[in-house]
Amino acid sequence: MDNLKAVVEALIFVSEIPLSLNKMMEIIGDAEKEEITGIISDLVRDYNERDGGIFLIEVAGGYQFRTKEICAPWIRQLKATRPKALSQAALETIAVIAYRQPVMKSEIEKVRGVDVSGILKGLMEKNLVRIVGRKDVPGRPIIYGTTKKFLEVFGLKDLSDLPTFKELEG
Amino acid sequence: MSYKFRLDIFEGPLDLLLYLIKKNEIDIYNIPIAIITEQYLEYIEAMKSLNLNLAGEYLVLAATLIHIKSRMLLPVHDEDEIEDEEDPREELVRQLLEYKTFKEAALNLDKMTLLGRDIFNREFSDEDEDEEAERPVREIGIFELVEAFRKMVAQSAATELMEIDVEKISLSERINEIIDELNEKKTLTFTDLVGELHNKMRLIYTFLAILELMKLRIIKAYQTVSYGTIRIRLAVEN
Repeated sequence: MDNLKAVVEALIFVSEIPLSLNKMMEIIGDAEKEEITGIISDLVRDYNERDGGIFLIEVAGGYQFRTKEICAPWIRQLKATRPKALSQAALETIAVIAYRQPVMKSEIEKVRGVDVSGILKGLMEKNLVRIVGRKDVPGRPIIYGTTKKFLEVFGLKDLSDLPTFKELEG
Repeated sequence: MSYKFRLDIFEGPLDLLLYLIKKNEIDIYNIPIAIITEQYLEYIEAMKSLNLNLAGEYLVLAATLIHIKSRMLLPVHDEDEIEDEEDPREELVRQLLEYKTFKEAALNLDKMTLLGRDIFNREFSDEDEDEEAERPVREIGIFELVEAFRKMVAQSAATELMEIDVEKISLSERINEIIDELNEKKTLTFTDLVGELHNKMRLIYTFLAILELMKLRIIKAYQTVSYGTIRIRLAVEN
């Protein structure tokens, strides 16, 4: 395919969510996986060398164009939004969920020492946390985990991409 | 009172305790319980006097501290016991260290470049999702659902069927079925879910499942006009 690079770039450009390799292969059809990953690496390099306002990132199981961090103050003005910061309580709660998932509400509360109902509700409304099921113990308590949106917001390829802490293992 | 400005920044009793340990430059593995308990109680008193909404959790930890303090005061009778008996502070220290770790993890998460704060992606309006979206969709509450349910039951009652074997249905099973179906089809109408059910038990369980899923914010129900078709979709697509 002659214009494969153009097609890959265009697909990533118009995709609403990070575009996965599988999806690209499904659409393009007659291209090898290696061929596409090679092209993506080229694109990533192109954008880095160009040193413009956007770059290509691998995130949440796909690829997406994003703006450079140095442009943030102006973009915020354009969007007329305040930076979406998470509160300390929300960050602590999502940290426990991210590293301990799937996790029960009572487990989060044990770590943080406070009730987390309100925070949990807020995180679910922001689509950062979701219910992943129920634990197979008496009472069948709900268990929580992080969403794909969480990976997107924190710029992670997948959960193993979370910063590691020796203390958090085990 | 120099500490009154800090009160509202504590994320909870463990956070307050960590702060006191740091402030006093105390070794976390060897907390002088008497001193810390005293300071902790002073803070709680201050919170009360400022009419701050004192969460119950602060009092629970106060009780724990006093309990540990009293255990530390008890004389140990013979030498062997010293070996066997665990330090009454052990559980608290473990809890503090765990909390400290996650507090640091939270700080680290905050330092990452966050989408919507530090970096941005192209934004897409979801207005042209489908033709139905052109009409404003409003989220509906329990009463509309109950009304719809009443109608369905009234209809199903017309075709009276004999039931011999009572089918065993579990609510969680029905919940999972609905989630699976929504994952596959993205949206379902209320009628899709309960329409063709002649079995009253199943009808009721389906309705309970929908209510439970709404309560848990797994699904959302919408309709475009009052008494119109109720559409159900997953609150979070995943």
